[in-house]
Amino acid sequence: MTQQQPQRKGRFALRYPRRAGRFALRLASLAAALGAWQLLAGLKVDLWLRFSQFPTVADVARAFADRLSGPDYWTDLTDSLTRILTGFLLAAVLGVATGVLVARSRLAEDLLGPVLEVIRPIPAIALVPVAILLFPSNEQGIVFITCTAAFFPVLVSTRHAVRALTPVWEEAVLTMGGGRWRILGSVVLPGALPGIFGGLSVGIGVSWICVISAEMISGQYGVGYRTWQDYTVVNYAGVFVGMVTIGVLGWITSTAVELLGRRLTRWLPRTSYVPAGRPGPLRAAAPAARTSAPTKTETAPSTEEARDEHLV
Amino acid sequence: MSTSSDTEVTSAPPTGTEAKAPTAVRGTRLTLRGAGLGRPDAPVLADVDLDVAPGEILTVVGPSGCGKSTLLRTLAGLLSPLAGEVGQDGRPLTGPAADRALIFQEDALLPWRTLRANVELPLAIKGLRGAERRRQAESWLARVGLADHSRHLPHRVSGGQRQRAQLARALAGAPRAVLMDEPFGALDAQTRAGMQDLLVEVLRGTGATVVFVTHDVDEALFLGDRVALLGNGRLTAVRNVPRPHDRTAHDDPARVALRRDVLISLGT
Repeated sequence: MTQQQPQRKGRFALRYPRRAGRFALRLASLAAALGAWQLLAGLKVDLWLRFSQFPTVADVARAFADRLSGPDYWTDLTDSLTRILTGFLLAAVLGVATGVLVARSRLAEDLLGPVLEVIRPIPAIALVPVAILLFPSNEQGIVFITCTAAFFPVLVSTRHAVRALTPVWEEAVLTMGGGRWRILGSVVLPGALPGIFGGLSVGIGVSWICVISAEMISGQYGVGYRTWQDYTVVNYAGVFVGMVTIGVLGWITSTAVELLGRRLTRWLPRTSYVPAGRPGPLRAAAPAARTSAPTKTETAPSTEEARDEHLV
Repeated sequence: MSTSSDTEVTSAPPTGTEAKAPTAVRGTRLTLRGAGLGRPDAPVLADVDLDVAPGEILTVVGPSGCGKSTLLRTLAGLLSPLAGEVGQDGRPLTGPAADRALIFQEDALLPWRTLRANVELPLAIKGLRGAERRRQAESWLARVGLADHSRHLPHRVSGGQRQRAQLARALAGAPRAVLMDEPFGALDAQTRAGMQDLLVEVLRGTGATVVFVTHDVDEALFLGDRVALLGNGRLTAVRNVPRPHDRTAHDDPARVALRRDVLISLGT
């Protein structure tokens, strides 16, 4: 990938780095942030922002290692994941179903619209009292809050995506003799999928915020519960362990949603424009001629490939 | 189930790359009696009396906005008449149905389905499944010259190829009437001539009634058995087109006279 290239000066010297280079750049960015944290906390910098009480990166890493060896960490992790996955999947199914219904049926819009619009602005975390009243156990209450949080972004994006469908698709299926269910399965759902995934991506993020908050308030076990516990006993390193865990878990789940969405909407036509700095033929040709030795002449990736190259 | 499909295969053996002979369909008769067409808030055509005979190719010409598409959508069953009657074989139309296929000017292929999956759609609606459905779809794609593109998504092929795929998809459902709404309107002149020849060739033997809307008088005269003229919110005339249909028959005196008449009555 990183073939040795002779030093070149001039216009092409400052090309944007390639895939491996981009990974390196991302790692470097992360390392720089950690380094700054370590430095600020280690030196106990106290200028307006006060880092004197801050645990250092090393402290957090030590606390993390301790946690990993204990049994509670994994229980917390699986508990939080179970809650969010249950709530999110419920929200995905309910949100898509309600969104399609409201977009396609005037009756459903009249019946459900006002109720949904009134509930929508209420922050899901403000529903904690409702959850406590409604559900016999905390566990179900947390799933309810997580589900409500993700439900609305999915609902709204589905509704818009279904309304924006090209009418000829439906008319074509109608004139082939297709009925209501055929149109739903062959036109509405696949056609709205790009929009639906927009809502799912937003929804999984909101779900994390709400599952953690709900755990802090009423949970037993779970990453949010543990983080709050650590805070109440003034274990700041532990708080940071919780925060890092939440960040990583959130990142993994939203990446999974993103990748699934990209996989399912691969049919979307994409521009053949490739962002600046991709290797052009110039770059490959010039060094190959100079270093006539056994160079592995790397064929420039086709634009199709280049566009698919994402570093999530 | 398996025996019936066996007999079907022996009666029409697939001969290698040669496409399967189309199922012979009887054309359907479409009639409009004193029909007013359009949307309730925007009527476009009034008092339309028209009789499309089974198996005939009727072309409809007229300036843009004159109601050509409205006429076609009404025949497809997507619009109900505002007045009068619209019927098929003596019965009033009740809505869209598989025996009246509509081909659109714009891309009506489902963009997430490959060309073959698009052609399979009407077959799936008819209840065909598995290998037989795939085979029929492939054979229709081969008939319109898209055998090599069956796995491609619509946006990967050219506009002309997309329209050919639409034609294959419409005909795969064995409709008794094919309604075409300026299907070649967005194509360049050369592709267009090729598509007209292909259309004549593919339609031959299906026996389907065809209503073909266009704004191109030469296209209308080349394809049509009769030409219907629309203008000023009315059906102004229906003219017979002298046979044979030949693209080079431009200097045939009868054709020249008809062409002049048509252009005059369209006010161009």
